Amino acid sequence: MKRLFLLLFFLNIFFAVNAQKYMTKNGFIGFFSHTPMEDIKGDNNQVAGVLDISTGDMVFQALIKSFHFDRALMEEHFNENYMESDKFPKSSFKGKITNLSSVNFSKNGTYDVTVEGDLTIHDVTNKISSKGTVEVVSGGINASSKFNIVPEDYKINIPGVVREKINKNLEVTVKMKYENLH
Amino acid sequence: MRRLSLAFLFSLIPILIIAQDDLMNLLNQNTVPEINFTTATFKSTRIMNGHSIESMPPGQLDVRISHRFGRINSGAYEFFGLDQANMHFSLEYGILKWLMIGVGRGSYEKTFDGFTKFTLLRQSSGARVMPVSVSVLSSVALKSLKWPDQTRTNYFSSRLSYVAQVLIARKINQSFSIQLTPSYVHRNLVATELDPNDLWAVGAGGRMKLTKRLSLNAEYYYLANPKKYMSLPVYNPLSVGIDIETGGHVFQLLFTNSLTMIEKGFIGETTGRWGKGDIHFGFNISRVFTLKNH
Repeated sequence: MKRLFLLLFFLNIFFAVNAQKYMTKNGFIGFFSHTPMEDIKGDNNQVAGVLDISTGDMVFQALIKSFHFDRALMEEHFNENYMESDKFPKSSFKGKITNLSSVNFSKNGTYDVTVEGDLTIHDVTNKISSKGTVEVVSGGINASSKFNIVPEDYKINIPGVVREKINKNLEVTVKMKYENLH
Repeated sequence: MRRLSLAFLFSLIPILIIAQDDLMNLLNQNTVPEINFTTATFKSTRIMNGHSIESMPPGQLDVRISHRFGRINSGAYEFFGLDQANMHFSLEYGILKWLMIGVGRGSYEKTFDGFTKFTLLRQSSGARVMPVSVSVLSSVALKSLKWPDQTRTNYFSSRLSYVAQVLIARKINQSFSIQLTPSYVHRNLVATELDPNDLWAVGAGGRMKLTKRLSLNAEYYYLANPKKYMSLPVYNPLSVGIDIETGGHVFQLLFTNSLTMIEKGFIGETTGRWGKGDIHFGFNISRVFTLKNH
């Protein structure tokens, strides 16, 4: 009886835990830099992410080589000269929704959230905090956020000759469409 | 029973602590490995004189201007060769991911040239492992210099020569790439009957990155035909130089014993010798324009 109780308990937790997880494999992360000289835009539509609505934990992972640019040469420079994507192929984020209680996951609607966590780019990890929205829809959750990062914080050096073409602040846009992970 | 629930509580602790790492593991389990294609084996479509494995991506136009000055050993009166300049310019364009074309004009023998480069294999790791990149280059050159003897019958076909090359390259690590280039040259008309119409050669080239935007390059072609029977002394071309990359431009500064900048010329018509100081200083400038977003 004891053993059965234990088994039920664990099974219960197992299912409960998994039902709380939402996942996507084709989330979007894009960045944008504007200067009078040049606009630079890189888009990645193959970002993988998991959101656990019971704890508010969220993680993303993006392959650097999956960022695409309008100009092939920019893409090469992005990988070769700035991100060193052969050495550091992935960027990741591990964080948490800090105001989880203000989201009602059982009711469709849009909720404002704050996310805090560790962003790793170019093998350098920094704490970031950003405002975003969580939209509960039937059968899924959409999450989006916009924040700025400074390449120098991630030891990405921009040499003097191209300094005027790359903004010191890059605007990063995150858009995720999660589906329930069964 | 109390002990049991206590044990259960403790067992929960690690789950709570490593929850985010767990999510990351979950993510990794659910994502399939991708093919990771090697990029930037060389910085430019030329190692020095000869083609590299690199191709212009679709929609990109490469405008190239190259110069080779006179021989350094020509002395101070010729300003060590800089008084003379032999030039070549070309327009090169990527049509498809695996297809690139180019047309050019060189002042040496007033030659027009055109080439097609096909990408057959791309070096990759990850879901598909391919140790080398392989391309095929085919080019044709048209010598438009007036015939020295206008009285005899001169055929148009006599102006043409053809080159076929297989480019096999490997990026060994972040900073070191090598390439082997078996080559065949056919010349419709040669100067004397001592000179072969068909030439066989193999090129070897490499690049070593010194900094993110600067690399040291070298290239050598070994001509397999016996050279001592040819009407003009012909030597194997060796070129050494650097690539400097500045955003949209690539500058290549080099020293070479060959005066011409197209395959049929530097493989078959290099008459300078490094040992004698028959060295030409030269440069290639490549500027890439995006005609079509990709």
